[in-house]
Amino acid sequence: MEIFHNLIFGFSVALSFQNLLYCFLGCFLGTLIGVLPGIGPLATIAMLMPITFALPPVAALIMLAGIYYGAQYGGSTTSILVNLPGETSSVITCIDGYQMARQGRAGPALAIAAIGSFFAGTVCTLIIALFGPPIAEMALKFASPEYFSLMMMGLIVAALLAPGDMVKSLAMVLMGLLLGCIGTDVDSGWRRFSFDIIELTDGIGFVVIAIGVFALGEIVANLGDPEERSVFTSNVGSLFPSKDDIKRSVGPIIRGTMLGAFFGVLPGTGPAIASFSSYMIEKKAAKDPSRFGKGAIEGVAGPEAANNADAQCKFIPMLTLGIPASGTMALMLGALMIHGIAPGPTVMTQRPDLFWGLIVSMWLGNVMLLILNLPLIGLWVSLLKVPYRLLFPGIMVFSCIGIYSLNNSPFELYLTALFGLFGFLWMKLECSPVPLMLGFVLGPMMEENLRRAMLISRGNPMVFLTRPISLAFVIVTILVIIVMAAPALRKRRGVITG
Amino acid sequence: MKLELRSNKDFWSGVMFFLTGAGAILIARHYPFGSTLRMGPGYFPIVLSVILMVFGVYVMLRGLRKSEKIQGNWSIRALIVLPFSMALFGILMELAGFVPALVALVFVSAASGREFKFKEVLLLTLFLGVLSVAMFIWGLGLPYPLINKF
Repeated sequence: MEIFHNLIFGFSVALSFQNLLYCFLGCFLGTLIGVLPGIGPLATIAMLMPITFALPPVAALIMLAGIYYGAQYGGSTTSILVNLPGETSSVITCIDGYQMARQGRAGPALAIAAIGSFFAGTVCTLIIALFGPPIAEMALKFASPEYFSLMMMGLIVAALLAPGDMVKSLAMVLMGLLLGCIGTDVDSGWRRFSFDIIELTDGIGFVVIAIGVFALGEIVANLGDPEERSVFTSNVGSLFPSKDDIKRSVGPIIRGTMLGAFFGVLPGTGPAIASFSSYMIEKKAAKDPSRFGKGAIEGVAGPEAANNADAQCKFIPMLTLGIPASGTMALMLGALMIHGIAPGPTVMTQRPDLFWGLIVSMWLGNVMLLILNLPLIGLWVSLLKVPYRLLFPGIMVFSCIGIYSLNNSPFELYLTALFGLFGFLWMKLECSPVPLMLGFVLGPMMEENLRRAMLISRGNPMVFLTRPISLAFVIVTILVIIVMAAPALRKRRGVITG
Repeated sequence: MKLELRSNKDFWSGVMFFLTGAGAILIARHYPFGSTLRMGPGYFPIVLSVILMVFGVYVMLRGLRKSEKIQGNWSIRALIVLPFSMALFGILMELAGFVPALVALVFVSAASGREFKFKEVLLLTLFLGVLSVAMFIWGLGLPYPLINKF
């Protein structure tokens, strides 16, 4: 029973006073900022990331993970109490959650959301502990051709499955890969795209791009299109769900968790897809589908379990293969690298404290969130009333100090300002910046593996097709392209003939 | 036609992809290209740029055919003022110290919004100032002087 041994080891790491403290701090900060409408988990993590660089790697990752699921959790509070989701994954919760709040049943809705998320978090912790080691073990046999094919698959599938236009997302991946080329080439020492600027020879920091695009760009866009907020805060009421509520929620929570875990390991599929499919399934399975949209508790329980399961299972490809399946995971991967840890299957063997400590702390974090959210709901409700004009200067302050502290120089701030402009432009042109972030983080590793693969094969690109595992990745990539592109092609043909 | 082109979102996305690819090739044209067996520093970026340019042309042409418009407002004021406030913070950190940089940042960035109430911003500055000095300077021990001595 190696898994128990490992989990006990994980508890011994996660239960240290320091790690427990940072886990709590992460959950608290994440919820705090996640509750505030208009700031998603990506911006939250980008903004708070520099603070964690001063910590030891395990504590830093634990805190970042806490921020991540705290923000996820906070988003659902917002969407139940305000008819405005903090992030896309909570859009679905809005439908029935807000209706429940209007019927004076905000309390049970929040409680069921919390319980559903907790259940999903617990199950997914076990899933990671069970499936993480075998996946990493398999990945240990990968050589550079396999890695290159795997990364290509990750990037292309992520771009195709991500919300938004597929072709533009692919182009954004390429832009990200190009951005990753900036700086000194490890192989030849050649300074690429650095225009004799000494700061650029180390490449652009991923925090600069993340804060520029996801925090600054988002603020500029929000100021241009102010949202109408209708805060529903008369009374949360009793938190306790009735027996009937619980009976209705058990099935949706279990189904939602399974769906979320499935979508979680796929690259590119945000939690929105998981929670949306859970909602559709519950509506189909319900005896009386007309209740949905009018405050059905199943419409809160299923999607909330699904998006939390998805958020947690996104860690599997990141921790075992070093492949980020979402924008947030790209940031986590970047954080690992900043701490000098090479991402990939070796993390588990070389840094077992990090791997198992992080997994166990995720579960502890879910317990904390349960404790943090329900009794403190009054605090979160009052936070919802803070107007945006008081929030965004705060985001600016945290972002600026964080960026300045990277190198103690203003250069990074100028660069971030520039990426803020780009971020806004991309938002306007509807070119999703998440694929760009994935490409940027994976770019240098991808180039290195491509070079090595070509050296092994004496310049023969067929090496990607003759090695079975690499071939499997290529075939999956092609299949996904066909499946995703087919509806578009069919539609076009229909237009021409009809 | 020309008026439509100005807010055609796919056309301009395509132009951006094309120009980025073209620009990267222009800069990287003197980097040693190498061969597929031994790739030079120019190989990867130039191959990427060529593919990016192809995507750019495709998106541009698609934009001309579909001509979908860019949605929402252009918040020009925030677009100029916010990045400026960020750069200003950087300059003042070097010249004047943590506190002046922070005050300037809060005031200038708050001015990029639609509403600006002096008293409110003053209180906000005070709150954020105390919070960040406590957290970053005393808590995390970042080595920045609160105010530079001249």
